[in-house]
Amino acid sequence: MNLILTIVLGFLSFVQQQEQEPKARQGTYAITNARIETVSNGTIENGTIVIQGDRIIAVGKNVAIPSGAEIIDGTGLHVYPGMIDSGTSLGLTEIGSVAETDDTNEIGDITPHMDALTAINPNATAIPVTRLSGVTTVIAEPSGGLFPGTAAMINLFGYTAEQMQAGNAKMLVLQFPVKPSGGGFGGGGGFGGGGNSDPEAEYKKAMDKLNEVWNRAELYNRIEEAYQANPQGKERPVYAPEMDAIRPVLLGTRTLMVKVDQEAAILAAIAWVKERKIQKVVFSGVSEGWRVADKLAEAGISCLVGPMLATPTRGSDRYDRAYANVGLMSQAGVKVAIRSGESENVRNLPFNAGFAAAYGMGKEAALRAVTLAPAEMFGIDNDFGSLTVGKKANLFISDGDPFETSTNILALFIDGFNVPIESRHLDLYKEFLNRDSGRLKPVEVLPAGN
Amino acid sequence: MKNKLFVAALGLILTTQIGFAQDVLIRHATVLTITKGTLPDTDVLIRDGIITEIGTNLRAPRGIEEVDATGKFLMPGIIDAHSHIALTSINEGSSPVSAEVTMEDVIDPYDIGIYRALAGGVTTSHTMHGSANVIGGQNETIKHRYGKRDPDELRFVGAPRTIKFALGENPTRSHGRRGSQGGGGIVPATRMGVEQVLRSSFENGKRYMEAWDAYNQAVKTNPRAVSPEYNDRLEVMADILRGDILVHCHSYRADEIAMLLRVLKDFGVTKITFQHANEAFKVAPELAEFGATASVFADWWSYKMEVYYSTAYNAAILMRNGVLTSINSDSREFIRHLYHEAAKSQRYGGLSDDESLSMITINPATQLGIQDRVGSIEIGKDGDVVLYDSHPLSVYAIPMQTYVDGKKYFDRLTDPDDMRIQVNPTASFNSYETQITGKDHFHGENEILDFEDLFGVEFESTTSTSKSN
Repeated sequence: MNLILTIVLGFLSFVQQQEQEPKARQGTYAITNARIETVSNGTIENGTIVIQGDRIIAVGKNVAIPSGAEIIDGTGLHVYPGMIDSGTSLGLTEIGSVAETDDTNEIGDITPHMDALTAINPNATAIPVTRLSGVTTVIAEPSGGLFPGTAAMINLFGYTAEQMQAGNAKMLVLQFPVKPSGGGFGGGGGFGGGGNSDPEAEYKKAMDKLNEVWNRAELYNRIEEAYQANPQGKERPVYAPEMDAIRPVLLGTRTLMVKVDQEAAILAAIAWVKERKIQKVVFSGVSEGWRVADKLAEAGISCLVGPMLATPTRGSDRYDRAYANVGLMSQAGVKVAIRSGESENVRNLPFNAGFAAAYGMGKEAALRAVTLAPAEMFGIDNDFGSLTVGKKANLFISDGDPFETSTNILALFIDGFNVPIESRHLDLYKEFLNRDSGRLKPVEVLPAGN
Repeated sequence: MKNKLFVAALGLILTTQIGFAQDVLIRHATVLTITKGTLPDTDVLIRDGIITEIGTNLRAPRGIEEVDATGKFLMPGIIDAHSHIALTSINEGSSPVSAEVTMEDVIDPYDIGIYRALAGGVTTSHTMHGSANVIGGQNETIKHRYGKRDPDELRFVGAPRTIKFALGENPTRSHGRRGSQGGGGIVPATRMGVEQVLRSSFENGKRYMEAWDAYNQAVKTNPRAVSPEYNDRLEVMADILRGDILVHCHSYRADEIAMLLRVLKDFGVTKITFQHANEAFKVAPELAEFGATASVFADWWSYKMEVYYSTAYNAAILMRNGVLTSINSDSREFIRHLYHEAAKSQRYGGLSDDESLSMITINPATQLGIQDRVGSIEIGKDGDVVLYDSHPLSVYAIPMQTYVDGKKYFDRLTDPDDMRIQVNPTASFNSYETQITGKDHFHGENEILDFEDLFGVEFESTTSTSKSN
């Protein structure tokens, strides 16, 4: 359980070579003699993985190492695909309470045209902090209102949004209305809930609004399609950015991410996406998914589940339901990925997965839910999610199981860039661990007139 | 609050004290004593709620319940030095100084949060007043005797009195900068103001104490001596000065921590625990020299300005600098896995198993002044223990059974799902409650807050509500 940081730092200085100010850089790297957890093709003991440019060019037991490759001795170490967090606000918020630094929530309830990618700060302090946990990729989500905007899959390294975007995966976010739950203390909450008004009426109002928006979007889409098919002699339709942002979902080119937690709302959402014939859809949150797991499996809806580290949704629930939820769903046949729902502490994604694993899901399924499963759900598994030849070199080297609390991440690659293991948290540690305590006593003031 | 009448009514009816302490013999466990090393394949005997024997092949007293813990890990019940569970209110926010109020009056034994904490191995909580006031109310140390309906039956009898102080953003926002225009108009609006509120309270307390001391002397020879006017707030300040009440101070920045050390030094107060103390690592040598202790989060940061320059290595830096440190929850969610929070000090700073575990056992016990009773597995200590299926610092560890005073209050394998002892008759069975997660320290109704500490359990989370209106 014990770890000495000096070993870690020693290893890092090796990985980063002799540079004074280590910078992320691509090159040809060979990680040798490591335990390679491919996710897609099992575990390779004493294996080698070769990275060239942004890609993995070889994985296996006996692979040729290109001449000139920088060799990283992975003896006793582990290599994993970079973890993917399927729901965060990382990069959109710097300091939670300081409104000027929070770009998650635009004015208005119908703002599907707001693009999270635009507001992600590539230099957010929390991004390097997150990388130190082995998370290389996250979905960054806008929030608030019925249609808060469009979420984006991003890699946690890059100087611009374009460089960070992972496989062009974007999702239109829908905060599904909350069904009234019989009122009373502890009920309500969520969009359409709360307040003193009749909860049934509030819910109906919220659903009416959703349907009205969707009807308008469908109409807009039909008009736009008709115009584009044959613009001859037709007046150009009026531009409505909100409706335009919904079109890719109607055309089946973009995934609708339905944020839904409560049992009744999940059932309503299943019915709604079926009725609306949504082609690409995932549910997100889904904290009561275990209650209706068979229905979700039957509907074939993939779910981004979490956080696990959360209280149960009902006072009557077993204390560990939030830990166990994703495993129960997975075992019922629902395709699942894991999300932390975090911003500055996305670094706790592996711990969410660890708790899921311990409370019934198992380590293998939990690992898949933070790697290959989300990549498959968003059609980016050609590039991401496992250690396979030809995929992007998004991976990390650790001194143990990355879900285990005491494990340290020793090196990390994103798009083949060997990204320095540095963060403000580590900087402050180095600065203050053995701070000079000579200033404990106040400096003597020289007598006047000296 | 609505539980209060119900609780009071039941308190009158239920006078039974049965099942307070019990006997149990736990066999073949790997015993993590915390203070005396790790003992493989060891038996622990608890009689009448007290650990009476630790060893191998202990003779079983007649009729005692035996638990086979082969392959399992036994550790002392976890102690949370900063919690707000089992309380019906948190903040007496009406004044920057409210030393006279006490959480003893608002204990809620029905809170399901107590059971959920037990399911995470936590047996004792320091249930605290909030952080709205510079000098808040007195806290209460409780044992998690879930199922008892009399609030008094949860009290940790013999635990020293403690009081909540608060520095920085919360008291300045709650008083000086309250309201949309920031014109609360009551000092403090700045960290300078916070210091002066402290200094004048201590000075008034000192004068009050001296006046009473003088009177108590005088009345011995002069029965007609006139007593000073009684003041319940200043009584408490005087008791702090006398060392009868331990100070637990909500704080974040290094400068405000150093300020309180100066103030306490000036008034001769020696016992201080800095709560949260995200920047304590910056003044670790100064804290060590003073003998101050710290009770921190494992990794919470960046939810407000004063925790932006934080590091998850805080606990490790403090421990390595000789500052007695604990990890607390301040959360209904985190209290359920404090063992995991403590383990983070191994990723962030490489602390040993015993060092990490000490931060949720003997160290918080010391900060609460109950280290002779709980916090380690030693003969003579209370039978508060928790049994894990694997090493508690592993992310895969699952607490299996939790005992308080030798009585089992949690059993993963046999407890029913619904463990509520009071069901709200107006709520439907399907009442959905918004989950509490690690993010909840900054969500609120257009307000800034750090979770329960400022607004308490009655605050309804609005995590998914639009901010647009």
